[in-house]
Amino acid sequence: MIKKIGLAIVAPVVAFTFAVGVAVLALLAVGVNPIEAFGLMWDFASTPTSVASIINRSVPLYVAAVAVAIGFQMKLFNIGVEGQYLVAALFAGWVGGSIVLWAPFHVLVVVLVAAGVGALWAGVAGLLKVTRGVNEVVATIMLNFIGFSVIGFFLGNFFSVDSGALNQSTPPLPPSAQIPGLNWIFTLFGFAEPRGTELQGFVIIAILIGIGYHLLVWKTRFGFELRASGMNPGAARMAGVNPKKMILYTMLISGGIAGMVGLSTMLGKLHAFTQDFPRGLGFAGIAVALLGRNNAIGMALGALLFGFMERSALILDLNDIPKEVVQIIQGVVVLSVVIAYEVVARIVKNREIKTASDATQASTAGPQEVTA
Amino acid sequence: MNERQRVVELVDITKTFPGVLANDNAHLSVGLAEIHAVVGENGAGKSTLVKILYGMQTPDSGTVRVKGKDVHFRSPKDAIRSGIGMVHQHFMLADNLTVLENIILGAEPTRGIALDLRGARDKILSLCDQYGMKLDPDVLVEELSIGERQRIEIMKVLYRGATILILDEPTAVLVPQEVDDLFVSLRELQAEGVTIIFISHKLDEVLTISDAITVMRAGRTVASVKPGDITARDLAELMVGSDLPTPDTTVSTVTDVVELRIVGLTSLHTDGRVAIEDITFDIHRGEIVGIAGVEGNGQPQLVDTILGVRDAVAGALHLAGKDISGFDTKMRRDEGIGIIPEDRHRQGLLLDSPLWENAMLGHQSKKPFARGIWVDRTGARDITREIVERFDVRTPGVDVNAVALSGGNQQKLIVGKELILDPSVLIAAHPTRGIDVGAQAAVWEELRQARREGMAILLISADLEELIGLSDTLLVLFDGRIVAKLDPADVTPKTLGSHMTGVAVEEEAL
Amino acid sequence: MTAKITSLGAGLMERTGRMSSARKYALLFILGLFVLSLVQLIAGTKQLTAPGTWGAALRLTVPIMLAALGGLYSERSGVINIGLEGMMIAGTWFGAWAGWQYGPWAGIAFGLIGGALFGLIHAIATVTFAVDQIVSGVAINILAAGSMRFLSSALYTADTGGGATQSPRIQGFIGTFNVPLVSEWLGALSDRGWFFISDVAGIGAGMTTRVSWFTLLALVLIPATWWLLWRTVWGLRLRSAGENPWAAESLGVPVLRMKYWGVVISGALAGMGGSYLVVVQAGIYREGMTAGRGFIGLGAMIFGNYSPFGLLAGSGIFGYSDALRLRQDSVHAILLLLAIGLMMFGTYSLFKRNYQGSATQGVFAMLFFIWWFTTDDVPGQIVTATPYIVTLLVLTIASQRLRFPAADGVKYRRGEAH
Repeated sequence: MIKKIGLAIVAPVVAFTFAVGVAVLALLAVGVNPIEAFGLMWDFASTPTSVASIINRSVPLYVAAVAVAIGFQMKLFNIGVEGQYLVAALFAGWVGGSIVLWAPFHVLVVVLVAAGVGALWAGVAGLLKVTRGVNEVVATIMLNFIGFSVIGFFLGNFFSVDSGALNQSTPPLPPSAQIPGLNWIFTLFGFAEPRGTELQGFVIIAILIGIGYHLLVWKTRFGFELRASGMNPGAARMAGVNPKKMILYTMLISGGIAGMVGLSTMLGKLHAFTQDFPRGLGFAGIAVALLGRNNAIGMALGALLFGFMERSALILDLNDIPKEVVQIIQGVVVLSVVIAYEVVARIVKNREIKTASDATQASTAGPQEVTA
Repeated sequence: MNERQRVVELVDITKTFPGVLANDNAHLSVGLAEIHAVVGENGAGKSTLVKILYGMQTPDSGTVRVKGKDVHFRSPKDAIRSGIGMVHQHFMLADNLTVLENIILGAEPTRGIALDLRGARDKILSLCDQYGMKLDPDVLVEELSIGERQRIEIMKVLYRGATILILDEPTAVLVPQEVDDLFVSLRELQAEGVTIIFISHKLDEVLTISDAITVMRAGRTVASVKPGDITARDLAELMVGSDLPTPDTTVSTVTDVVELRIVGLTSLHTDGRVAIEDITFDIHRGEIVGIAGVEGNGQPQLVDTILGVRDAVAGALHLAGKDISGFDTKMRRDEGIGIIPEDRHRQGLLLDSPLWENAMLGHQSKKPFARGIWVDRTGARDITREIVERFDVRTPGVDVNAVALSGGNQQKLIVGKELILDPSVLIAAHPTRGIDVGAQAAVWEELRQARREGMAILLISADLEELIGLSDTLLVLFDGRIVAKLDPADVTPKTLGSHMTGVAVEEEAL
Repeated sequence: MTAKITSLGAGLMERTGRMSSARKYALLFILGLFVLSLVQLIAGTKQLTAPGTWGAALRLTVPIMLAALGGLYSERSGVINIGLEGMMIAGTWFGAWAGWQYGPWAGIAFGLIGGALFGLIHAIATVTFAVDQIVSGVAINILAAGSMRFLSSALYTADTGGGATQSPRIQGFIGTFNVPLVSEWLGALSDRGWFFISDVAGIGAGMTTRVSWFTLLALVLIPATWWLLWRTVWGLRLRSAGENPWAAESLGVPVLRMKYWGVVISGALAGMGGSYLVVVQAGIYREGMTAGRGFIGLGAMIFGNYSPFGLLAGSGIFGYSDALRLRQDSVHAILLLLAIGLMMFGTYSLFKRNYQGSATQGVFAMLFFIWWFTTDDVPGQIVTATPYIVTLLVLTIASQRLRFPAADGVKYRRGEAH
């Protein structure tokens, strides 16, 4: 058991080391001292303001990663998190800015609208897959692009407060629909309060999403059926699990979580859906899910790592070091981590099979079947 | 009959796999331009023997002689070079390529850097002409029937210049009309000097087409006969063996209460062919109904249809008097149908999950595995421990992954988890396949015990000892239908063999 | 010239013995043109068949088509390539860098190499290490975008006239040509304003006037690909790797090597598509200039049912609608086009006794007609979304009939039976 956990850690460590190695080479190639660069990054990132910023950056990545991971659990690829969260944020922002409610309910309504719209958008792909056999990867990619048009259309024609404005936006969220910041936590633990950055309160909801994800996948019957269909569809069918239902439910849940990706920024900072709303979080979320191997804590670490790199990139820029080196690290780490996991998984499997065949004389299947 | 020149001689071939003696001093001697049938039950060692001839396996000892010369094939490539070709039971074709492309792949004729399509087409058409086969080189394989696909496989071999053709159960996948066409082709090939070795279970076909027959049983060559000198019934007896096991002599526990009633059950393959047709039988409490039959006659489809994994197009199922035809798999399982699946790796286990999660499969909404929407880890672990103890699953604990267990222990876990919650009906498909003798005895004893306690059991097996030893009633499945109902106490190898191979059906039809 | 190529394509198809389908598509094409000019007449616009529109459509089609063609090689060899976007990004960057340093033709060559490099990475991950192909493709996209950004900030310093997000302008440009006689002749004809004839001439003129040599090169790749994949030993073996690698292996085909070829060429073509954006269109590298064209290429390839001529049609739909988006007044007429198109489709369904389908199509035709009748313009976003919706619809309607390579996306390891 310990050996197995050890192997699971080896893969990301090897991959990350390799990625840093590539980054070192890249930095050397442009004449920068890598040690100096990494030192700068670390020093800069360890201030309270940076910590708050890192967490703020990692929250949406984490939520996106969870959305992707739930699909991965049953070998479903939701490449459409990108479109789902943007469409969801648009409608949630519009609804939130258009109604009047008491504070907690107002936030709740915004969150529910976001989750609902995200689920619907992903549900289209799920429905097409179970009814017409359309591959979910292609369908969600197409839905991403359709989503971008939907956003432009509604923002430009219906939802915008000032359709002539350069940066169109939905009506601003009233204070009742905003989630207050959490900078007091820093003072509570005796650190200096971050300046110019507010630790977004949505982080608590993100943690709840992470816990909910873990419980759902590992502690509920549904999660068991989900994982069983992913691991062995044949056995799951024999056990009475309906594969089509599972696909549809999984897409709906994945999309529902994806719908909440943009809320941290919207409810905690921008207070509206704007034309320059942060994009690309869905794709980065896929990377984080791969990095954290669909594990609730692993993905949290992965998201923080990405948040750290993005934040600390700022200081490189100020020192005339190409900050884009962090993107290289991100790209290389994702690619090498999937390769490393694959290799490790094969080693583990071979070892387990070897143990199994050592333990018994008669092989598990007759020779005819083996060679047929 | 004058003696033909020997083109293939396999002498004293022995081949062992871990724990299995596949060939035990087996012989095979085939004459030039002969159609030579190799018959035997599942696991008799026919496939291993021809695979040795084709270079896919190397023998532990023995001699392979082709056209009078000793050969040592290391791979099929060597065999192909010696003019031997094999058509496997499962075709190796690319559906989205044309017939021509499939045939020439890997041995393409060229003109410059382009494919010489015209040359290839001419060569294929002339081969078709020579051997009297009909093939359109320019259609996609996906549009073709099974029989036509088989012709492509044969043509692939001929195109590469083979004069010795091995066919592994060529008729198993064909409908009767296609079988006739195949036999016409085989005759043409023979007339052109091609030697044909074909493996089969179907004795009437063997007697129709072959010039010589080699019978195998338990890895040994038990007889080499000419079709004219033997009847189908005698051949069946040779195949099955003369010493059938004796049935369980303990007192019958069969009651009058019908637990599972199956009426007119019919279902289809995905391509629309009939898989099982009009299956009707009852299983009483305390009864084991055995399904005998050569593989490929609808056994897995029968199991799937009873479970609801495959939709029935006609027929009804009643469980303890209640119509469950409209139930989905989950509801049927929850009503009390247990399943020991045929392929434990594909259908029974989550190899990378702990034992207790494996025990949960199929019980995921039942106590003590679940409480409401939650998985009850403690309950599941406890009852898995109980399974491990009661059914003697050798494991360091219930948290190890299923992949770490031996086949026998994996099977005992499956049997245990299905029996522990006392289903009213148990479907046991090949419950002891590929496990060691100790585990086999344990599984048998558990099934007997469950029957004593009043469970209704459907046993599907290719192992006659198991079938006759355990069953109260024996049904023979042939071509998707039940063709005979036999009493295991007085069944003879001849009757069983002739029903299983379809000989009896033919005779009745006459 | 283009007309020649098309007829060459038809001729090639003829020899496969599938002339009937080629004739069917030609007929459909002519019918489509007729409806187009009819719609134009009713709606009172000239833009739908104007030479300018079709010239732009051609230029917008080519990069998508190159990406789609890249996807074709990869998927035909059995490797799903979601990483086309990243490979295309690499193509834009390398194309611009070499274009800036050595001129446009070098830009094309380097764009090709840049894309191939990322194709090679994808091949190593998916073929050698058998990593999930979609996972690897996603990672390639992230890696390519990141490393190109790094290279920009390292090499396009302020003194070069570039910056972290854009390159300096490339040297020179690739020449264009008018197809002699045909171009002028069609141009004159299109000015006459004759129903249908002038419209067809307008389309022809658009596609024969001021055509970039790079465009020609790209278009030649379509029949060349067809020939390579369907008429050479190499092509047959590549396709067999994507259809049934186990069968191919049993016949001695080096399956892994074929997959490497497929994926690397895929990257090269996507990279070439990227360099087209730089060399022919923008003259400069800008971050994000591919704007998802790699993904669109994937859609166009699936739309085209994994065939070179089909993906040309798919890319054309994307390119044409992109060209129309910039011509507001004509966009409105598209609604009428859709209404009439659906009506014809519905009639066809009725003829085929598919009453339910026919009714649905009829209802949608009516809705589009009402939309056209009651409004004066259409938001540009709807036009942008149309090709994606069409692709999704095609998948929904024809998913069962699309013939994707049977072993596409399957993890294949040598010596492991399936």
